[in-house]
Amino acid sequence: MSAQTMSDLSLAPTTRQRRPGAFRPANVVVYGIALVVVALTLGPVIYGVLGGFRTNAQLAATPAGLPDPWVLDNYIGVLTNPTFWQYTWNSAGVSLITTAVVVIFGVMAAYPLARYEFKGREGLFMVFVIGLLFPATVAIVPLFILITQNLQLGNTWIGVALPQAAFALPMTVVILRPFLMALPKELEEAAMIDGTSRIGFFWRILIPLSGPGMVTVGVLAFVGSWNAYLLPLLLLQGDMKTLPLGVADFSSEHASDTAGVFAFTSLAMIPALVFFLAMQKRIVNGLQGAVKG
Amino acid sequence: MADDVTTSDVAASPATSPVQGAAGRTSQVRPAASARGGRRRMNSQLRKRLEIFFFVAPALALFAMFVIVPIVTAVQMSLFRWKGIGPLVDFVGLQNYVSVLTNDVFTGAVTHNLLIVGLSIVIQLPLGLAIALLLNRKMWGQSALRTIIFVPYVLAEVVAGVIWLQLLQPQYGVIDGIFTAVGLEGPDQGWLGDPDLALGTLMVVLTWKYLGLAVILFLAGLQSVPEELYEAAQLDGATWWQVQRKITIPLLGPTLRTWGFLSMIGSLQLFDMVWILTRGGPANATTTMATFLVNEGTQRANFGIAGAASVVLFVIALFMAVLYQQLILRRDTRPETGRK
Repeated sequence: MSAQTMSDLSLAPTTRQRRPGAFRPANVVVYGIALVVVALTLGPVIYGVLGGFRTNAQLAATPAGLPDPWVLDNYIGVLTNPTFWQYTWNSAGVSLITTAVVVIFGVMAAYPLARYEFKGREGLFMVFVIGLLFPATVAIVPLFILITQNLQLGNTWIGVALPQAAFALPMTVVILRPFLMALPKELEEAAMIDGTSRIGFFWRILIPLSGPGMVTVGVLAFVGSWNAYLLPLLLLQGDMKTLPLGVADFSSEHASDTAGVFAFTSLAMIPALVFFLAMQKRIVNGLQGAVKG
Repeated sequence: MADDVTTSDVAASPATSPVQGAAGRTSQVRPAASARGGRRRMNSQLRKRLEIFFFVAPALALFAMFVIVPIVTAVQMSLFRWKGIGPLVDFVGLQNYVSVLTNDVFTGAVTHNLLIVGLSIVIQLPLGLAIALLLNRKMWGQSALRTIIFVPYVLAEVVAGVIWLQLLQPQYGVIDGIFTAVGLEGPDQGWLGDPDLALGTLMVVLTWKYLGLAVILFLAGLQSVPEELYEAAQLDGATWWQVQRKITIPLLGPTLRTWGFLSMIGSLQLFDMVWILTRGGPANATTTMATFLVNEGTQRANFGIAGAASVVLFVIALFMAVLYQQLILRRDTRPETGRK
């Protein structure tokens, strides 16, 4: 309460008092609610990270306590575990291939759908839009048979990345098409006059200008692939497993070692969190684009 | 760059269209060109088709191979009794569908999915809206708050699920610890082990995981509410709640409806979190259509049953999507000015 009064007095030009904030509930209540929301949101995550610094005895004795003393063994154990690094490497490989395929194929497909006039253009676009409705789950069993038996791509990075990319394509095309449509027509006409073909226009003008759109779909594809569980679960074994599979395995194999599970899980979420923090504006923009479509 | 200069020159120049025609934009010169007819136009049409093919083919091929073919195969599989070995020969017609639809586990799964669809909307919509409305003001730490609330959504389902699995452990978990501390007692079989509690517990975890998405989307929608409306309302002496009810929430309509659609489709396809937390148990109390079909297909090799379950899942999703489109999203298809 006092904070609001203070700031209103000190920076009080008339415009400020007209702001919508003036008839909202007191700041204290808002900050209070915000704190509760933050605590509930981050609580489990922070508890997990701190739990990794405790021993199982500590966790059993005082489930809600702080590390006392702080124990590094759990984290060291995971970081010196070659399997952890192997899984991380696999996750990175699969995600990068998925992202590359999605972005390249997606922007290529979106280009004629956005900037060529031809019969059946909307029909072709609808194929991708309807694709949004197909969950990977529906096709998972035939997909598994197709990849392992027909294509012999079971237990390979590419065998996971290609179907993941295929299922990410609809969203990519749907986001990119309006983006490419919005580039001014004059740009294309100018390029044509200068003697550029449509393909030349694509490479030399459209690709550089659509960077932000491609980053958005790329981030979505990367995060989706990095977090994916079902398809890798069916297709990958042994040394080829990705990090989410590693987390699931570790937690079931070391069910009684809660502190160890916390350490493994906490380390496994770092890459996604760091990537998210670096790219959060893009992710949010992409989601907004998807919603406003 | 030189492009900029030419762009403006061209835009201003009346000589644009003939030049363009020569460069191959046939659609714009069709009336004139048709008299001359000609090989040149045929060639350029053909060239255009080749270009379209070149650009679309890779995506379409990938999509056909890994999305369309498997879905068609699922439909085909659903008509056979097949254990995954040898060719599809044992044609059983709709028998798999009959087995699936009369299977208590599957009908239970459908009920769970529909319950999750309903509960997600009933719980997350008001909660997400309330948080978004509260955060939609200039306040200290606003952007940090927005980031934090989105964290659970960014975590992999598996990672989030495993953390919750530990928190919810019977007796040793911190949730039971908190209950004990305030003089209550956690359930004997654990939160996820008790058939009466498991689905409710799952809903709590799902709310935690997905609420951030609702908040972020609603906040994004709130950005597009014009400030002048608030100023006008204030001049009229409206209270905070009146402003939200008469201005903010109606204008947020399209965002709320789109979120509802995403949430519905996601709830129907739910797999990862359930598989990690309960595998559909205890006593099938949390089975979803997706866990059912994965279990039948990959653990028990009942491919025909899995195929039929896939088709039923897809038909339900499609039916609900079309219904939602017709009843709810339809209002948004009217062209609106001022929105991208």
